[in-house]
Amino acid sequence: MSNKIKLAGQFIQALPHAVALGMTLDDLDAGTAVLSMPYSEKIIGDPRTGVVHGGAVSALLDTCCGAAVMSHPSNPPGTATIDLRIEYLRAATPGQRITATATCYHVTRSVAFVRATATDEDTDVPVAMATGTFTAGASA
Amino acid sequence: MIKRPEPVQIVKQRRDGVLKALVEGVPYIQFLGIEFERRGDELTAILPFKEELIGNPILPALHGGATSAFLEVTAIISLSWTNLWERMESGALETENIDHNHLPRMPKTIDFTVDYLRSGLPRDAYARARITRAGRRYASVTVEAWQDNRSRLYAQATGHFVMPRQES
Repeated sequence: MSNKIKLAGQFIQALPHAVALGMTLDDLDAGTAVLSMPYSEKIIGDPRTGVVHGGAVSALLDTCCGAAVMSHPSNPPGTATIDLRIEYLRAATPGQRITATATCYHVTRSVAFVRATATDEDTDVPVAMATGTFTAGASA
Repeated sequence: MIKRPEPVQIVKQRRDGVLKALVEGVPYIQFLGIEFERRGDELTAILPFKEELIGNPILPALHGGATSAFLEVTAIISLSWTNLWERMESGALETENIDHNHLPRMPKTIDFTVDYLRSGLPRDAYARARITRAGRRYASVTVEAWQDNRSRLYAQATGHFVMPRQES
């Protein structure tokens, strides 16, 4: 694993909410990040089916988008979410790990534009898709 | 004969019992530590601060994901609550010893968009949802969240939901 991924992974491990959900950084490349999160009892949103809560998926997508912004070649010093829209395409299969992939398409002096998808082990149809804008440059 | 109004404690017991069943059955709501306060049919969601909700340890600030989850939970519970109210009050819903398994299914989120207006401070947050359209199949909900000042929102959201099919 490259040094950059290792460093960014340590960065994620410094975010208490990411740690609480068990998120790990799986890959990082200029403007693209891959993060995943294990299935667990505590993120269940529907106790009758065991399907995870949308909020947990959105937390993973938000973190993944932020990581993609930070890895962009323009090297933004920090980032915060301005707006994030999530579309929930289908229920994630209980028991399966959820993986998010985010790409930061463009960074201006103040704004980063990001898209992301989340899948479980069945990668044909995503579980959720996200579109977001993030601050770039000096913190808001 | 004029029907006498129900004793207040019976009314409160029924409403609080249904709200408790709605909220306590969901592990993720317990994980985040979200609580609901009720005034008549009006709900206020509370997210008590805890370290696990931090997303930026340097500032420090609440994690955007924790905030969006808080607003989405507020929207879903408020929507379910409004949907249940009529049946709960008419007696159509069996409310004695009710638990999550005896409640109708939860609405499903189609999409949810969050505006992060200010960074979330390391303290309690509050949210209220407004159901802007409640159809038989689809509903639209907006949520406002604040911390110290009700008029200074730190986040707002809008979302669309598929309503559960009415079970008998």
